[in-house]
Amino acid sequence: MKANKKKPKKEGEKMTSKKSEKLIDKKGIRLDGRKVDELRPVKMEVGVLPNADGSAYLEQGRNKILVGVYGPKEAHPRHIAQQDRAVIQCRYHMAPFSVDERKSPAPSRRDIELSKVIREALEPAVFLEYYPRTSIQVYIEILQADGGTRCAGITTAALALADAGIPMRDLVVACAAGKAGGKIALDLMDTEDKVGEADVPVAFMPNLNAVTLLQMDGNLSVDEFNTAVDMAIGGCKKLYEIQKEALKSKYVSEGVKEE
Amino acid sequence: MTSTIVVNVKKKRITELLAGGKRTDGRGVNDYREIQIESGVIERAEGSARVRLGKTEIIVGVKIGTGTPFPDTPDTGVLTVNAELVPLASPSFEPGPPGEDAVELARVVDRGIRESKAIDLEKLCVESGKLVFVVFVDVYVLNHDGNLIDASAMAALAALVNTKMFKYTVEEGEIVKKPGYTPLPMLDYPIAVTFAKIGNKLILDTGLDEEQVMDARLTITMNKDGNICAIQKGGGSGYFTREEISEATKIAVEKTAELRKVVVKS
Amino acid sequence: MPLFYEKKQLVIPGDLLAEGDYVSGDSTYKTDGKIYACRLGLVDYDGKRVHVVALKAFYIPVPGDLVIGNVVETTPGGWVIDIKAPHLARLRASDVVERSFKPETTDLPSIFDVGDLIIAKVVAYDRTRDPQLSVREPGLGKIMRGQLVEVTPTKIPRIIGRQGSMVGMIKRETGCQLTIGQNGLVLISGRSAEDERVAIMALRKIERESHTSGLTDKVTEMIRKERKAVESK
Repeated sequence: MKANKKKPKKEGEKMTSKKSEKLIDKKGIRLDGRKVDELRPVKMEVGVLPNADGSAYLEQGRNKILVGVYGPKEAHPRHIAQQDRAVIQCRYHMAPFSVDERKSPAPSRRDIELSKVIREALEPAVFLEYYPRTSIQVYIEILQADGGTRCAGITTAALALADAGIPMRDLVVACAAGKAGGKIALDLMDTEDKVGEADVPVAFMPNLNAVTLLQMDGNLSVDEFNTAVDMAIGGCKKLYEIQKEALKSKYVSEGVKEE
Repeated sequence: MTSTIVVNVKKKRITELLAGGKRTDGRGVNDYREIQIESGVIERAEGSARVRLGKTEIIVGVKIGTGTPFPDTPDTGVLTVNAELVPLASPSFEPGPPGEDAVELARVVDRGIRESKAIDLEKLCVESGKLVFVVFVDVYVLNHDGNLIDASAMAALAALVNTKMFKYTVEEGEIVKKPGYTPLPMLDYPIAVTFAKIGNKLILDTGLDEEQVMDARLTITMNKDGNICAIQKGGGSGYFTREEISEATKIAVEKTAELRKVVVKS
Repeated sequence: MPLFYEKKQLVIPGDLLAEGDYVSGDSTYKTDGKIYACRLGLVDYDGKRVHVVALKAFYIPVPGDLVIGNVVETTPGGWVIDIKAPHLARLRASDVVERSFKPETTDLPSIFDVGDLIIAKVVAYDRTRDPQLSVREPGLGKIMRGQLVEVTPTKIPRIIGRQGSMVGMIKRETGCQLTIGQNGLVLISGRSAEDERVAIMALRKIERESHTSGLTDKVTEMIRKERKAVESK
């Protein structure tokens, strides 16, 4: 289920370059050996948590992300319940050991914002109106972070929702593109994200051609931005194939073979 | 929670009007409400501004403090943006620590200022690695009638332009104030424009009633060169098509230039 | 009016199944004349009806369903029952106690207490109302013994079989009593733990192979083999 066979540079290797120009060499090769339009190696697995109603695990580069989904069930606390639809309670959370310097487990402002935009990226895909007064809980745990965790979190969460048997219009898949070393590049890893010029995370419903998350920070001309969005959507489409595979292989692993 | 029955009737009316390119208050789809900007409204703050966007009203106060720089940026001053949705501004705001809406608002405003490098933070370093100035931008929402993001970003920019730094000398690692002021060193003037999607139409500067029925929103912040420095999709369970995003960026180029003239000349 | 998948092909949410004059069945949705899957599962066509047999789905109560649930709360007016549906179900005290029922004096926990397992019938459920249960029929009420097995609710029809053929066969072959809750809970009570073990094995096999044909024969064969192996020990 790998997106590509190229291995990233040695695990744990510290990238010290602080200059954006050095992020991509003259041949267009990035610090971790990728081309500009290449995804990091990706691995996805569905149904990894026995207790959760649905779950999924994803590795993308050195990102390691686990998502558990519960519900739909009675909304708690009661006042969050909506009379005409289900609510999604989404928590994006980074483990204290997920980054170089220990992160406090208390939710940061970034965590609060990401929980919100991820929820809004997933909501268009779910038939919330089928289950009034209930809640669907989506717990995203970043076990290890290496740039692009919000996108990877969305891709994983969509798998976990599908695994939970929650009716969905489409899967949601997310990928970022950005500008690093003066070039538009796909799926920025941590160093590229921090040192690079811009990051454009995009979430996408492939069958419905709908963008459900779009953010940007940095500095891009309108043309560069359009290139980045198209490149990100291209990345989404590749990741979608891996998502599909992961869902289907879960079916096979349950001992069910197609006749 | 607002009663959904009212919202349904509203939604129907707003959507029907929009199909013919009209809005309930008679504006065109890309028209902003009347913008009033007053600078220097809080004397005790180093910078401040009040922005009225229709009935939406925001005060931003800028305070300058000192602190230690972040270890990875020892030579740059620090910017922090905070937003408070104070309960007097809307029946839907509740007292307590900032919720996700306030946090998102603050972070979108922050991102625009930070990513456009609006403030020359390197000039705010007093002693490398030890002492820098901290720019506190506090967004205070006084009346919520929609489009808090654009109004807050305008107010923040107006307040920063209005900010005066006291003159100082450094004696034995401590700052000693001198008489007189200099303006806060500014490099750029970011402007945010927020599109709301209702049905399959995009509109700018939503009123509260439009905001209650929108499917989703898209904020685009541009710097003075017409480059994009921040984007945020949010505001509901809807989505944008690729074409709508392109359309929005095109409109944003013109609209941000137009609004910048209004905000910065004040 | 094309169909895009063969019968029993594996699909995921968002896959376009059919276009045109078809009817959207279970685990699918229709928009702009197109039918898409909304769950992971196997496509099936039944005349004009397109549906997906979901690998996993949760239970949605339907009035008339027999369900098994456990009592999670006693309230002044009755009990709250978890039937593994999105909403907790209610059983009114008046359904059990005769007319002289007084909330202040009647000792409800002496009838059903928290932790008790009950078999009940769904009498009402819609978008605005939690599922209402009743135990006013023979065979309903508190469960006193047996073993509970949880299966995916979408597999229940297969466990019952055509006119009850599958469950009838399991009862015959294992000598166990089986009570099937539409909510995916099956109560098994046999003469020995060994009988129950074989019955559970049969359920698991049906769950795994629910989409294959000739399943009743395969399960019968498995049960017989299993029992023979035990006897010869």
